[in-house]
Amino acid sequence: MLKDITIGQYIPGNSIVHRLDPRVKMINIIILIISLFLIGRFTGFAIFLAFVIFTILISDLPVKRVLNGLKPIFFLILITLVLHIFLTKGGTVFWQWRFISIEEEGIYTGLFMVSRILLLIMFTSILTLTTSPLQLTDGIEYLLSPLKRFGVPASELSMMMTIALRFIPTLLEEADKIMKAQMARGADFESGNIIQRARNLIPLLVPLFISAFRRADDLALAMESRCYQGGEGRTRLHELKVQKHDIVSLVISSVIAIIVSFY
Amino acid sequence: MFIELKNIFHEYNQDQLVKALVDINLSITGSEFIGLVGHTGSGKSTLVQLLNGLIKPTRGQIIIDGIDITAEKVNLNRIRQKIGLVFQYPEHQLFEETVYEDVAFGPRNLDLNEVEVKKRVEESLALVGLEYEKIKDRSPFNLSGGQQRKVAIAGVLAMKPGVLILDEPSAGLDPRGRDQLIDLLYNLHFEYEMTIILISHRMEEIARLATRVLVLDHGKLVLDGSPQEVFSNRKKMQELGLDLPQITDILHRLRERGFDNIRTDIFTISEASREIVTELRRRD
Repeated sequence: MLKDITIGQYIPGNSIVHRLDPRVKMINIIILIISLFLIGRFTGFAIFLAFVIFTILISDLPVKRVLNGLKPIFFLILITLVLHIFLTKGGTVFWQWRFISIEEEGIYTGLFMVSRILLLIMFTSILTLTTSPLQLTDGIEYLLSPLKRFGVPASELSMMMTIALRFIPTLLEEADKIMKAQMARGADFESGNIIQRARNLIPLLVPLFISAFRRADDLALAMESRCYQGGEGRTRLHELKVQKHDIVSLVISSVIAIIVSFY
Repeated sequence: MFIELKNIFHEYNQDQLVKALVDINLSITGSEFIGLVGHTGSGKSTLVQLLNGLIKPTRGQIIIDGIDITAEKVNLNRIRQKIGLVFQYPEHQLFEETVYEDVAFGPRNLDLNEVEVKKRVEESLALVGLEYEKIKDRSPFNLSGGQQRKVAIAGVLAMKPGVLILDEPSAGLDPRGRDQLIDLLYNLHFEYEMTIILISHRMEEIARLATRVLVLDHGKLVLDGSPQEVFSNRKKMQELGLDLPQITDILHRLRERGFDNIRTDIFTISEASREIVTELRRRD
């Protein structure tokens, strides 16, 4: 039931993209996303798309999975397209009925925006598909560490993210168990209108929250009894090191970014 | 209450073919007290969830009182009323503000009127040995662990099931709590004629209470018989990695050391000591 939910869509692999340093991977993504918003022509998108396809191919990802990732944003894309087509005015008028009209500018900006969103999602999904959640949080910690000077608790934040990710499957399992226990007492989670359904969730949510708090307490104690004192001075098992291929990837993305944004 | 399982197969993850149950055939008639044993991952919990309609078998039929619960569109709530299921650590499912409300959750889901609900709450709290007037308005979260478990079990008893299934109900209880629980199960079965299926790793409990023992191993039903039959098969039990009741184990060992005529189908200390004494007298 609840176990079908997959969180973190990481697909393990050993491609060059998988092996990139997570920090470098994130910087690459940021550079290319900025350039994606600077693109002014469709040719820019075409080059960008070619690069995305190239990355997917060398990272050995199943193309189907990447495309599946686009499903949840289908409505967002549809709404963007429709709004732009009907609301943006200018250029040749293709069709008109009373005050509603479809004009050249509308179709152009509509398609433009949709291409941008599609590429954005496809490209960022490569990051989550090729980087394990742990690497991701490690990378985020490093990238946030300059902000420590301004009082941002970077290592605590990343510890929180790691713990949260770690406990998602545990909580799902727990939810499944409680749900079954309540169903054995005749609880109904599947029928009724929205308000009834929300109310029917109380027998699930109250025990779930209580157990989450209890787990949090236990975990805090367990961490403290093993001398966890916060991020200060902590070392790690897998040190991140920037290697040759990381530099090469940075150069490539920068070149692509410059080409597409100024073309 | 009549339960019949025909050729039950269950696989959890269809891709990886994790076989949880393999070709289980079983019929439970009238009033039995069944001890269900097997080591972790042998399929005990899967089996009891199937009986309650919480999961559907991959293949096979389960018939409860003439109703095939594996068929499409079965009113599962009626099945769940007949078969009460007490999960492991049932106190983790408590959620209401007062003990009364929590125990009343099940009966209310059966659309009973408030008079009947109140009657059932009183009865089931009395059954588990809690004083209705004292405890009904307290928050279940302020009770001791043992009391919480009693309230949770009362919540299932309030559905008035004909069959009660308990998944390791004594785990984590202190010796006194365990004894009280055993008394409760004893009463439910021998006084109220409830069919009980008890999952437990404590063979002493099983030996004291059960009239029939089922042993699961890797999803297969490997032994099915009276406690005498099952526990006298010491070799098989050892192969399966399961314990015997300690006292029975001692008798088996005495037999190995030369007491050839000593009985080994004994589970209580008093009976065992009597047997040892008679055996010693026989020797003199």
